[in-house]
Amino acid sequence: MRANTWAGRNKVKVRDVPDPTILNKRDAVVRITSTAICGSDLHLVDGYVPTMQDGDVMGHEFMGEVVEVGPGIDPDRLRVGDRVVVPFPIACGACAACAAELYSCCENSNPNAGIAEKMFGHPVAGIFGYSHLTGGFAGGQAQYARVPFADVGPLKIESDLADEQVLFLSDILPTGYMGAEMCDIQSSDVVAVWGAGPVGQFAMDSARVLGAAEVIAIDKEPYRLQMAERAGHTPVNFEEVDVRSRLLELTGGRGPDKCIDAVGLEATHGSAHIAAYDRLKQAVRLETERPHALRQAIMSCRSGGVVSVIGVYGGLLDKFPAGAWMNRSLTLRTGQCHVQRYMKPLLQRIERGEFDPTRIITHTLALDEAERGFELFKNKQDNCEKVVLKP
Amino acid sequence: MGDLLTGAPAGQVTEIDSLLVVRGICRGESMELTATTTIRKPVPEVYAFWRDLENLPTFMAHLEEVRSTGDRTSHWVAGAPFGKDVEWDAEIVDEVPGEKIVWRSIGDADVPNTGTVRFMPAPDGVSTEVQVVLVYDIPGGTVGKAVAKYFGEEPHQQLDDDLRRFKQVLETGEVVRSDGAPWGKRARKEFPQRPAQPLSDSELAKGADE
Repeated sequence: MRANTWAGRNKVKVRDVPDPTILNKRDAVVRITSTAICGSDLHLVDGYVPTMQDGDVMGHEFMGEVVEVGPGIDPDRLRVGDRVVVPFPIACGACAACAAELYSCCENSNPNAGIAEKMFGHPVAGIFGYSHLTGGFAGGQAQYARVPFADVGPLKIESDLADEQVLFLSDILPTGYMGAEMCDIQSSDVVAVWGAGPVGQFAMDSARVLGAAEVIAIDKEPYRLQMAERAGHTPVNFEEVDVRSRLLELTGGRGPDKCIDAVGLEATHGSAHIAAYDRLKQAVRLETERPHALRQAIMSCRSGGVVSVIGVYGGLLDKFPAGAWMNRSLTLRTGQCHVQRYMKPLLQRIERGEFDPTRIITHTLALDEAERGFELFKNKQDNCEKVVLKP
Repeated sequence: MGDLLTGAPAGQVTEIDSLLVVRGICRGESMELTATTTIRKPVPEVYAFWRDLENLPTFMAHLEEVRSTGDRTSHWVAGAPFGKDVEWDAEIVDEVPGEKIVWRSIGDADVPNTGTVRFMPAPDGVSTEVQVVLVYDIPGGTVGKAVAKYFGEEPHQQLDDDLRRFKQVLETGEVVRSDGAPWGKRARKEFPQRPAQPLSDSELAKGADE
């Protein structure tokens, strides 16, 4: 089959690889009809995530048709021919984390958990196409994918909604929604969102759906801010104005009640076991401006407010404003999205017209054009916000 | 050397590193390993699975086969990590159903060893805490070298990984495989793994390359 693969730093390559097969009894194989490039894929391409290997199939946002199921799959749960959206964290459904709906912290789905444990203190779930640290699972920027624990994760789509309306249930819509949900939004809240990329846009929409009085979008790309503005959010361009001053103006001097970091830190992976300590320092230093969003969110948030972090962090963070956090009674909440928890309720919200996930799609390309898609997205060319790939 | 970015002295990193290895203790020729995990299954089920010692090779990387030879006796065959043709007999010397099992090798074992596993109900009222202590007398010669190489610089890691697979088997039914680590318990290779892309027919036919 054709698949988009990691080919070294700053290089992806569509090539022929073997078709996937069933390896575990509860696997399924999905023929992919739509897949997407995620902002977090850029961390891999930029070379900041260790344990990537030449030839790794990328991609963790995908959907399609089930073409094969393992002998351990209950036919009442999933059958050949089902149309499914696949959540990016691989979760067993049986461990204590899954029982608590903390699917991205699944204790069983990462065969390389021992490595992840060294880096994070405790292991994290397997993730499709996202390095060997998260399991070494082939991803979904391909014609087919093997889906482990297929009786737990995949969401069946039984209505006639187009792929583009449901594809983002795999990651970015639930991720944005969880960012807003963690804010415990009240009807009087002003919510500020750092980052107007795809996840940020969905965090903004989610804050509005959850009842926020006003939503502010912070970014530097005019086209991304315009996209947010068209959806009813208030743009703030951090290259044109002082963000803190502008936020105070917009909130009567109080500061936003809730702040969402949808930017993250591109370059923080490192582990004594995997990479030399210098590598970590180098990686962090290369991206010194990135933790700026989180620092600014903490400094801007009103006392007693919530700072919700959905941008990806991977290692150590420099100069964390602990004084502001502690002395002003801020609550910091975060997590890789527990996608499985949100898929069904968000599908219902899409069906009711509360979300229009298609509004962020700017480019639809053939899978074989993945390389160009990464270029467009990474370099923010041609007003690129979200690339959907068609295998 | 301190970390310029966090301001933390480099010594802290060293302390963390040493914490990671302190659980595998070498005393002369004897090595004691301990590890613990929590399994979301009731104590009787977890106990029964371990008490059927023939189940141990499904998750313990260094074992090829364990065969019961009597109510309390068994014959153990080590897998490739311990080198070829390493076998021994063992007997259960103490057992309290639902609480603990203690065994030891008997006779002229290549790698004399003892093991203790304890089972305790976890505070959540659902799960079982499992604590394992294994003690190996490391012999000289090629077997000793193979065993030492297997355990490497972080001996506890092997037992941690064994218990991780024990948990996978009990909670999900089998050892979890990925494209990068497709061979279940045989995947104990240092990085780099094979690429995270599906296996070719010849790779699948060949199977684990041990």
